[in-house]
Amino acid sequence: MKFTKMISAVFAAAAMTLTMAGCGNGESGSTPANSNAQSNTSETSSASGSFRTVDQIKESGEIKIGVFSDKNPFGYVDNDGKYQGYDVYFAERIAKDLDVKLTLVPVEAAARVEFLETAKVDIVLANFTVTDERKQKVDFAPAYMKVALGVVSPDSAIIKSVDDLKGKTLIVVKGTTAETYFTENAPDVKLQKYDEYNEAYSALQDGRGNAFSTDNTEVLAWAKSNPGFTVGIESLGSADAIAPAVTKGNETLLKWLTDEITALGEEQFFHKDYDETLADVYGADETYKENLVVEGGKMDTSSETASNSDKSASA
Amino acid sequence: MGNNFLRLLSGLWVTVRISLISIAFSLVLGTLLGAVMTSKNKVVKVICRVYLEIVRIMPQLVWLFIVFFGVTRLTGANFGGETSAVIVFTIWGAAEMGDLVRGAFQAIPKHQFESSLSLGLTKPQMYLNIIFPQALRNLLPNVINLATRMIKTTALVSIIGITEVLKVGKQIIDANRFEFPNAAIWVYAAIFFMYFLICFPLSMISRAIVKKQQRSE
Repeated sequence: MKFTKMISAVFAAAAMTLTMAGCGNGESGSTPANSNAQSNTSETSSASGSFRTVDQIKESGEIKIGVFSDKNPFGYVDNDGKYQGYDVYFAERIAKDLDVKLTLVPVEAAARVEFLETAKVDIVLANFTVTDERKQKVDFAPAYMKVALGVVSPDSAIIKSVDDLKGKTLIVVKGTTAETYFTENAPDVKLQKYDEYNEAYSALQDGRGNAFSTDNTEVLAWAKSNPGFTVGIESLGSADAIAPAVTKGNETLLKWLTDEITALGEEQFFHKDYDETLADVYGADETYKENLVVEGGKMDTSSETASNSDKSASA
Repeated sequence: MGNNFLRLLSGLWVTVRISLISIAFSLVLGTLLGAVMTSKNKVVKVICRVYLEIVRIMPQLVWLFIVFFGVTRLTGANFGGETSAVIVFTIWGAAEMGDLVRGAFQAIPKHQFESSLSLGLTKPQMYLNIIFPQALRNLLPNVINLATRMIKTTALVSIIGITEVLKVGKQIIDANRFEFPNAAIWVYAAIFFMYFLICFPLSMISRAIVKKQQRSE
């Protein structure tokens, strides 16, 4: 009996190693230190899940874009079953300018990178924050939005600084910037992790944690419609860029997106996007709009009003 | 409220479709596997055991990632979301089913075999009239239990981009979260009721079959 158990353990370990090897882009035996340097060569080795160039997308007549399906007001499905939101508005424009049919694929935060790495989608437009870690796995186009972190807590015990959180429980969603930020910068804070935003908000409402942290856009909007909760920390960490991402090495699509975003900047497309999709939630307040919207991919970091936050964040 | 109820129903259909197809495959493959598992050959036994343990050790979520993303990465074969889900749940269901079949057969006392043969029954007659009915009676409640577990576990498939009933519910909650922040409890209640509507008849069927068997004996 012991023998069979040992064998099964060995096989399980082997299977897991196999999966992990898959995660490393098929570079077996490379140390973590030099895996970045090799990321260029690994593309050619994997014939699998290869990305499509702009020409191939045009030829097929269809583009697949990964969006959130439950992150109102950025990417969500309305009561009639139609995709809506800031990201979706942009996705529709991309399809229109490429003159192809748009297929939206619902993605979860934790699987966004995987969807691109296996080329199950051409572009991810799911509130994707640009981080150094993600840059190693996917290629980001210029930003079309920017955010910092926010922390929302119940009125009865408002969390106003990271120090307030010491020894307390903070709710985060797996795979988000908030999870990384607090893991790296605030080891004293106990993290309670959930797979989906929905579950995280339920947890906060049920009092399973002292506060919830994610992008400030998200918590501000939520607190507005949930009396009894206040955003005690409006801006934490450096402002992060939110950008479209493509499969690593898909240069033609990346270039097309870069040109597209630059061109859209001239017509102030994302201001219009804000007015159409976000104004209902955040209000048409100009300062807030300027804090959020990025035109032509130009992040003007000097004029950030979100600069009272600590800049040591590595995000 | 738009066509939310219809959307929930179509989400439910996705759940039911994936579950039913996987359960059907699992029943067939699992029965075969179960027959193999009763083999006295040591090598065969170990292989079956290893397969079963691997499937049990690894969470279904990991399997979904392996089949949907991992297989594409390693081989280039690109399965759709639902196909991947059916593959994963069949791998799991067949393993569990195989073990149930093996258990059901081995639970039958040796004297049942011996006395049927000594009564002059042929082997096919013995299996058909004596062994199978008893094995089936041991098996059925467990199989139904497995089926309901499979139905409930399909809620995981939203991670690979399938919009099943629970995901539709989450979308509805989210779409209305500014106007109706407390919609969650009602939507979840509706989904609970839908799962119940599917799983409850299954238990009723199993109970009815067991009763009928008891009466016929």
